[in-house]
Amino acid sequence: MHNAILHRPSCTGHFALQTIMNIPYTVEERPDTGLANGKLGIWLFLASEVMLFGALFSTYIILRVGAPEWPHGELSVKLGMINTFILIASSVTMVMAWASLKLHDFAKHRLYLLATFVLAGIFLVNKYFEYSDHLSRGEGPWHSTFLAIYFTLTGLHGLHIVGGMVVMAYFLGPGAKMWKKYPEQFTNRIEYTGLYWHFVDLVWIFLFPVLYLL
Amino acid sequence: MHSDPAAIKKSIRTYLMVGAALFAGTGITVAANQVHLAIPLAITVALIIATIKGSMVAGVFMHLSHEKKWIYGALLLTVAFFVVLMSIPLLTTLDHIGTPNAAPAAATEHPGH
Repeated sequence: MHNAILHRPSCTGHFALQTIMNIPYTVEERPDTGLANGKLGIWLFLASEVMLFGALFSTYIILRVGAPEWPHGELSVKLGMINTFILIASSVTMVMAWASLKLHDFAKHRLYLLATFVLAGIFLVNKYFEYSDHLSRGEGPWHSTFLAIYFTLTGLHGLHIVGGMVVMAYFLGPGAKMWKKYPEQFTNRIEYTGLYWHFVDLVWIFLFPVLYLL
Repeated sequence: MHSDPAAIKKSIRTYLMVGAALFAGTGITVAANQVHLAIPLAITVALIIATIKGSMVAGVFMHLSHEKKWIYGALLLTVAFFVVLMSIPLLTTLDHIGTPNAAPAAATEHPGH
């Protein structure tokens, strides 16, 4: 940890004493938890995400059990399956992006991260076609209980995909500069991004059979 | 978490194998759905396959198979709350608010007794 005490002129012309501190435990592990702060932070965030999606899955069960009949075959299994393959492939490229950094191969890392970003984009394009197909037939969330929970669950999941793409775009763009100065911290950031991305994939692994097949 | 290049290279093989297994698992899920099993059986099969696939993602890609105890602790707490959350639909079946009470109806049937 590097601390520095600097004397800087304040706006009133007087010198102010400022202490500039680097954020601790971004790379090194805390002695009490044995973890870098970011690692524990992202896992606690994912725990809250489990509860968020869990609440909606619980809602799905209540709605389905209480419904006199539940529609089958309303969604395209083919598109759902293609999207599952896409997300699994993106999880593989994401973990490869992190592994490439561990092997100090930055060029490969960028290639894998870009592949993950593109796959995420293809997933959203497929989702757009699915949504627009339903909406063109007047089958919005208001149409039935099934479509209401379908749009809610997949819409929230889609927002998570967009969130992941924003973070990946940052690390492909301005965030990539960190690799030159602080390679270990950058590697950790990619690991945390990967943890989030794998969670998004994991949610879809359950969403696909629940909404498309059952 | 591994840091030496040899261990990372070994992990890469595992990642690719798990990726292939996840593809296969998705194919099996869809194929099982084409068999037209009874709904309770179909739900069980689909959720078992999804759980296996989810465990592979969490265990290998998210490195949960060799994590620190603080993360296991946090996740254990999450699982406990998640179980409560999933039990809520079951609790609704015990809720009799709004259902007609049978006892007074039986009493009015035989007012003389």
